Amino acid sequence: MQAAKTSSNVLFDGPEWTFELLEKARDAIEDIALNDLGLEVYPNQIEIISSEQMLDAYSCAGLPLMYQHWSFGKHFVRDDTLYRTGRQGLAYEIVINSNPCISYNMEENTMAMQTLVMAHAAFGHNHFFKNNYLFQQWTDAAGIHDYLAFAKNYISACEERYGLDAVEEILDAAHSLQAQGVFRYGRPPQPTVTEREAMQRVRDGYESSKTLLDLWTDSTMRRDDEDNGREDHAISARQRELNLPQENILYFLEKSSPILKPWQREILRIVRCLAQYLYPQKQTKVMNEGCATFVHYYIINKLHQQGRITQGAFMEMMHSHTNVVLQPEYDDPRFGGINPYALGFAMMTDIRRICQTPTDEDRDWFPEFAGDPDWRGVLRGAWANYRDESFIQQFLSPHLIRNFKLFTLTNDALQPNMVVSQIHNRAGYRDIRRELARSYDLAYLEPDIQVTDADLRGDRELKLTHLVRNGIQLDQDNREEVLKHVRRLWGYEVGMSTEEYGQK
Amino acid sequence: MHHFIDRRRNPKGKSLGNRQRFLRRARENIKERVDSSVRGKSLQQDNGEPSEGEKVTIPAKGLREPRLAHSTTGGLRHHVLPGNKEYVVGDAIPRPPGGGGQGGRKASEDGDGDDEFSFTLSQDEYLEILFDGLELPDLVEKNTFEMLTVGTRRAGLTTAGSPNNLNLVRTMRNSLGRRIALQRPTLAAQHEIENQISELEMKEPLTAKQKERLAELQTRLECLERKRRVVGYIDPLDLRFDTYVPEQIRNSKAVVFCLMDVSGSMQEREKDLAKRFFLLLHLFLTRGYEQTEIVFIRHTHHAQEVDEEAFFYARETGGTIVSTALEKMKEVIADRFPTDEWNIYGAQASDGENFGNDSQRCKSLLLEDLLPACQFFAYVEIVDEGADMLLGNSEAGEDLWQAYRQVKDKARHFEMQRVSLPSHIYPIFREFFLPKIKGAQHAGG
Repeated sequence: MQAAKTSSNVLFDGPEWTFELLEKARDAIEDIALNDLGLEVYPNQIEIISSEQMLDAYSCAGLPLMYQHWSFGKHFVRDDTLYRTGRQGLAYEIVINSNPCISYNMEENTMAMQTLVMAHAAFGHNHFFKNNYLFQQWTDAAGIHDYLAFAKNYISACEERYGLDAVEEILDAAHSLQAQGVFRYGRPPQPTVTEREAMQRVRDGYESSKTLLDLWTDSTMRRDDEDNGREDHAISARQRELNLPQENILYFLEKSSPILKPWQREILRIVRCLAQYLYPQKQTKVMNEGCATFVHYYIINKLHQQGRITQGAFMEMMHSHTNVVLQPEYDDPRFGGINPYALGFAMMTDIRRICQTPTDEDRDWFPEFAGDPDWRGVLRGAWANYRDESFIQQFLSPHLIRNFKLFTLTNDALQPNMVVSQIHNRAGYRDIRRELARSYDLAYLEPDIQVTDADLRGDRELKLTHLVRNGIQLDQDNREEVLKHVRRLWGYEVGMSTEEYGQK
Repeated sequence: MHHFIDRRRNPKGKSLGNRQRFLRRARENIKERVDSSVRGKSLQQDNGEPSEGEKVTIPAKGLREPRLAHSTTGGLRHHVLPGNKEYVVGDAIPRPPGGGGQGGRKASEDGDGDDEFSFTLSQDEYLEILFDGLELPDLVEKNTFEMLTVGTRRAGLTTAGSPNNLNLVRTMRNSLGRRIALQRPTLAAQHEIENQISELEMKEPLTAKQKERLAELQTRLECLERKRRVVGYIDPLDLRFDTYVPEQIRNSKAVVFCLMDVSGSMQEREKDLAKRFFLLLHLFLTRGYEQTEIVFIRHTHHAQEVDEEAFFYARETGGTIVSTALEKMKEVIADRFPTDEWNIYGAQASDGENFGNDSQRCKSLLLEDLLPACQFFAYVEIVDEGADMLLGNSEAGEDLWQAYRQVKDKARHFEMQRVSLPSHIYPIFREFFLPKIKGAQHAGG
């Protein structure tokens, strides 16, 4: 490795940043990102913000525009208090999955940090957003700004028209079901032309006639009817009519609740659409951060090799990088679960190692790419085609399991003690890998609750079923509170039964 | 395609709306805590201002955002943990107390598993909540809540005025425009010609052509000079003056008279209670009026107007003659606070002792002189902590109390209460200033 040769080559010298220096650094990073790593990114829009604006952004799930709700205010006062009392630092950046890709950089960052952050967010995350299949299929990066603006205006118009309390009530209820407001497996049904027109009309005049809504709901249901009807003859006609069972509770309530007014349905829809937009991010924490961290690490090393950053700046970046990828061990007081940055970065680096200097074990485990000369291509393929769960299942190597000294602990409530079930040895690799992968599978992490029945012509009780896996029940307090919200949206009795997984 | 945007100048406080919605949601809880924070401790600084912001901790209940989530206990779970040191397969580890296991997952997704929620209210928010629902006891009869005084206001520009109001910028701008329009020659142009002339004059034997040129230059110079004389640098036409017009300004001012007995019987505890009441009153009035002043009058057997330090902390011995303080107050009002300009509030604290038949004199002073001048007068009697009999029974009491009871019967804007504990202060304060149409309020809700 060569050290810095000439000072003329250096991008910046000193901690203060200016817009000219940022441009210069961005161009140098871009050169490596596109021409060396072969990344493909949305155009970048890098915005410099103050710490107060960062706090604002924090409270709204990082989105640049958001409708107003007390819970965001609550998060704001909490973050604000934590920040002001010095118990919590702020992120260096926030990046938004949009086209152009917006990243917010803090003004407090030094020039070295701004460079690191640009490599991380504006190229690492940006590439991931643009290329990962989940984001491509499930989110509309170009349209999100318009949708957020629509949502904000719509909800504030509703507040003016129907009062803060009425809107707050619906939003509270919708938020409590946000995790149950996504389609996990099938793509959400695309609205037909008639539906879209109907929705537009409803949006234009908030309280348009009831018949319009019936038209809208009916047309959706009839279409879904045909899809599902052939597949499953066992489901009763009534369930078929309502498109049941349905995992997306918010969608079901939006379409079928007997009591909601059109504007209330639209609010449910807004909450549901945003949940769906954010859902890919929940499924790719390890990969997304791993990708971004790997990219910034590669780029700053490259810049350093080219003599374009000073030794001091390089040390500062490395210091920050090391903090980010720290993985405390299970008995460390700092331990708070597996750090997605640490795991993601280690796996990306490991893939490169397996391509460049594979061991026999690696060839054994990863015959498809061990020794592949194009490690960049292998990584890009992984970033594009996996989510956390499948990525770990596919790419976690015994080498890493040993490095992290992973072990699994079985905690069975029926037994007096917890038992170490696998450790990092030949017998344990596959089990550990499977368990770790599963712990990133949202289908396991989040309770599986479906709408199973509702007799609209009878007692109108909405029946929800919780599929219980491994005897893990719902948290009781939360369950009662959420059911109250569901009753508010459904208007009639709501019951929840449990069913053991695999019994049906 | 790529670009940078500097957002730092954008208006901040994007989440102000969210914050207001949050405060609205948690209002009940916050109010309770704010009230008890006042009851429990003094208002900190001596000037009665709470600090920058007030930290409140409210129960998180009612602010929870319920989600359907797995219980943290029970069932069969597998955890994957890093950093194995000595474990081998089959090792049994006792479950840590509190269930959960070492899964490392937080108790709830957004971390609000805590029972309490702390944050800081800004001073405005704090006062707003503290005095929520209280009204100024403005009895309107005096019509002095808002008064008119005369001030001046800028009223544009005029062409005439006194030199001290000359608006230099506007004047010079007019002058420049006029000079350009009328093509007034600059001094530089004049010098240029003068230089050329002197250059020519230096060369002694002049050719005919040079002579001609010299003559031409001299006429031009003459012309220039004439023009410069005619078109003045500053013409009276250019002058602009700022003008001010007198204006009636709505102005509201209030003065609080704090009257306190400082004789030997008033100990630290009694003074502390009195102080709290005075502070609250002052703080409350600060919100209602543009300008508030405080006058401290202490008395033993004679009364003095003193500063705050002396009022609360200086020692003084002597007998107790309450009427001297009232006399003093009357004097100060006559002296400095004309009733048509000031809203006058009185607050008196005492342990209820008075000399001989001075109480009757107090009564007549109040009824005849002070109450007609005041918006409101409150009397707080500080009794022993054990004196339940007195606290419960407003009829029992010594001379002064009895005399004041008669005053109360006659004047609506006179209030009296007994206190023995710091926690009494705030409730009685609220009672004094609750909107007077109590019946309707209670029936309503």
